Amino acid sequence: MTADVLTLAPEALVALGAVLGLAVGTWLPPGREGAVRGLGVLFAVAAAVVAVVGPRGPAFDGTYLVDTATTVVRVVVAGAVVVTLVLAGDRPDVSGGPRLTSGGSGGPRLTGDEAEPTTARVDTAFAVLLQLSAVGAMLLGGATDLLLLAAAVLLAGLPLAALAGLGRDGRATEAALKYFLSSALFGLLALTGTTLLLGLAGATAYPALAGLTGPAPAVGMILVLAGLLMAAGAVPAHFWVPDAVDGTSPVTGAVLTTTAKIGALVAVWRLALAVPAVPTPLLVAILAVASMTLGNLAAFAQTSLRRLLAYSTVSQVGYLLVPVALARDTGLALPTLLGYLAAYTVTNLAVFAVLAARPHALEIGEQRGLARRHPGLAVALAVGLLGLVGTPPTIVFAGKLGVLTAALDGGAAWLGVVVVVNSIASLVYYLRWIAPVFSAGDPVLRDPVAPRARVVALGLAVLSVVGSVALVLVPTL
Amino acid sequence: MLTAMWVAPLVVALLLVPVTRREVLLGAWTALALLEVVLAALAWSGVGAPGYAHEVAVPWIPAFGVGYHVGLDGLSAPLVAMTALVFLAVALYSMRGDPAQDGDTDPRRTRGYVLLFLGLEAVSIGLFVALDLVLFFVFFDVSIVLMYFVIAGWGSGARARSALQFFLYTFIGSLVMLLGFLSLAVAAPRPTFDIPTLAALDPLAGRGVAGVLTVAAIGIGLAIKTPVWPVHTWLPPAHTDAPAAGSAVLAAVLLKMGTYGFVRIALPLLPGPWRSVALVAVVLGVVSVLWGALVALAQRDLKRMVAYTSVNHMGYVLLAVGAAGFLTAGPEARGLAVTGATVQMVSHGLITGALFLLAGVLRERGGTSEIAAWSGVAGPMPRFSWTFAVAAFASLGLPGLSGFVAEFSILAGSLPAVPVAAAVAALGLAVTAALFVRALQSMLLGDRHLPRAAERVPPRTGAFRRPASPDLRITQTAAVGLLLAASLAIGLAPGLVTATIAPAAATVVDLVSR
Repeated sequence: MTADVLTLAPEALVALGAVLGLAVGTWLPPGREGAVRGLGVLFAVAAAVVAVVGPRGPAFDGTYLVDTATTVVRVVVAGAVVVTLVLAGDRPDVSGGPRLTSGGSGGPRLTGDEAEPTTARVDTAFAVLLQLSAVGAMLLGGATDLLLLAAAVLLAGLPLAALAGLGRDGRATEAALKYFLSSALFGLLALTGTTLLLGLAGATAYPALAGLTGPAPAVGMILVLAGLLMAAGAVPAHFWVPDAVDGTSPVTGAVLTTTAKIGALVAVWRLALAVPAVPTPLLVAILAVASMTLGNLAAFAQTSLRRLLAYSTVSQVGYLLVPVALARDTGLALPTLLGYLAAYTVTNLAVFAVLAARPHALEIGEQRGLARRHPGLAVALAVGLLGLVGTPPTIVFAGKLGVLTAALDGGAAWLGVVVVVNSIASLVYYLRWIAPVFSAGDPVLRDPVAPRARVVALGLAVLSVVGSVALVLVPTL
Repeated sequence: MLTAMWVAPLVVALLLVPVTRREVLLGAWTALALLEVVLAALAWSGVGAPGYAHEVAVPWIPAFGVGYHVGLDGLSAPLVAMTALVFLAVALYSMRGDPAQDGDTDPRRTRGYVLLFLGLEAVSIGLFVALDLVLFFVFFDVSIVLMYFVIAGWGSGARARSALQFFLYTFIGSLVMLLGFLSLAVAAPRPTFDIPTLAALDPLAGRGVAGVLTVAAIGIGLAIKTPVWPVHTWLPPAHTDAPAAGSAVLAAVLLKMGTYGFVRIALPLLPGPWRSVALVAVVLGVVSVLWGALVALAQRDLKRMVAYTSVNHMGYVLLAVGAAGFLTAGPEARGLAVTGATVQMVSHGLITGALFLLAGVLRERGGTSEIAAWSGVAGPMPRFSWTFAVAAFASLGLPGLSGFVAEFSILAGSLPAVPVAAAVAALGLAVTAALFVRALQSMLLGDRHLPRAAERVPPRTGAFRRPASPDLRITQTAAVGLLLAASLAIGLAPGLVTATIAPAAATVVDLVSR
């Protein structure tokens, strides 16, 4: 029992950080809650360290498995928590207050005056909800039991709904409501699927599911998958993504498109391997193609950068689902999936950090001349966006290379071709963003930049390039 | 050694990030370019025995069989040297006295320019020494990205459009090529991207359709970059709208990445499939030769004209590599063709680099490179006229200059394999001769007539001396003279390069004959 608890130490640490943060935050004056974020960073770093050096193996009677995949999920999620907490430190109001959703994209505002002093402890709420969701994401990555998986889906998803609503204006409320409703709906489907599979197999542990055959388990699997795809933001459960990301601040958008996704995709991978008789890979392959294609097509016409990025994350999930679909065919699938997940997280956070650095300029038109005023930020953005395309020498290139190699090695050359075609298509809208950044803009008197976000953006951009050199380490993970 | 060569520009670029003084930026760049030339010469002197010199191989992404593998042989050494020379010329050329002329009043823009070119030098050298398909692809793609920013940031005319067209076109090509690389890599018993290993394994031998599809994918990617008719349409706008230094690097170095890919990857790694598509390469090569020459004849802008002659010159390379796939000819003839193709890459780099820099001088002085806008420039611009005449004669293949050595070897080597194609391609020589002589005649001779901007003597400002006459400045003369001197050296003593290239070319021919 003690050994089991020790195995789960990283999750426990992050949860402890959330609880302590809540306790401390209650005693701090509203608006001056930096200590809560500090605590969160501390515990997330500790969790990452423990995840690397800590014990591995099954825990709690096989409901949880700590292997390479779980370790990577834990480290990446903890890293994402640290990055978003640092980003959130830039402003008193982290998630889409009136000041932040103003500008061209700001819809009807319900609450008005930005000078109005806030009495809510928004910072504490942000940090605590983020950490709770991170615990859920980590559990998603390691769960080898349907019941634990269902609980993890809810734990990863519901805090994010509250997080999206922290802004308390019209658009944030809409975002929160959309997220909450789709989360509830797909969570319910996942529970139904779990029940169905429990009834068929008599147990919920993955080893017990291995013998299932026939159409009924397939239905159960699809229902469980639906819940996971919702957390990952993949087609057909992607409807919340654009509205939720566009309605909240860039920092919240970064959280919504990162943490839960990491765990959910590894969970899909585990599930695809758990029931060999059900053709999950084919379904996942079809969804992968749909995700990348729909995400790309929808991103073409966007002028709101947050919405554009939201659709771009939908297409990225599509690429990430390709190695999942090939899980049974090639040994390259797992390293590819994990590597791409880490690469995607770094790059996606870098781009969102650039947005967070200038929360007043969230439309394509407002990016003109950025390179003249803030060359560092512009370079970070170019590295991030070209990284999302998969241009070398960023780490997403290594990820995409892995996806393509896995596709060809796994005998699914058509998937590789679809990935290439989609990458080319995605280049168009990323370039639509890059081009004005490097063009000569109108003179602007004042263009303030959030200092921490700039440092984070530059740091992540450098990491995304340097990381590709560090790929020598991949097999040792 | 080789690693140091391609990393050095990046290190200098990193050091220059906080610098904002124009003199320091340009001085450091030139010093580095000079160092690269010396290093390239040193590295070349180590090439001799069969195999690769200065070879380094370490695993990079072992899970996928990707390694960091670099080495230098007779095919790559002359190209690396040519690249270093062209970048030195470009650095010298860019030491302009009047920052205001290009709207470059902001030293931070000069910094961006220098950093981009340092990056380009790094990836160009890196590409030619890469012996791993993924490494090759990485350098290939990054060169596209950097050149996009050069054209979009410092070009003229419809630069945004030209840059985007260039980017999309070549990027699509590179991804198609990547698919080809992948299919080659996974055909091996264990996925590997190592070029010498794949050349030894020949994994797609006897795999019929898969081999042809792979060679088609790789060929399309390389052909777009080369460029070959009919996928050359990105080239004229990109060249016309790029800044002079960008055009020179694009034509001299970036186009070679495509042709080099043929001799380094397509021929030795896919011998069987290459032989089956060799006829296509020959036909496309001949069409490119004629098409490029004839369209160039119809151009009124000097930059556009030179751009189309690039299509013509690269057509010869494709003809030669196609002829290398015909086993009906003896290995000596085919070896000569591959040698000629490599010399042509070097020669075209030197000559066209010089031509684009000269066209850039016209743009800088008179605001236009229209042929009709300049007449009788031999009087006011003697240095320009001499260098332009030499470059033009080199480009049309006058004996004594490098273009002749290259094209003669290509035609002589291709004749036994594909006599008709070689004869038709020789017609292209006549057309290029006509168009260059015509341009020389109308620009250098006749009544003196310069664009108004070139007649005005600008006031003296800035750190460097402003030119009092519209002629080449001293650094520009040095830049162009350097390239032409190298071309002359190859023309007078072809053995300088062919002694290195021929053994490597014979190896390629052996590999393709399997």
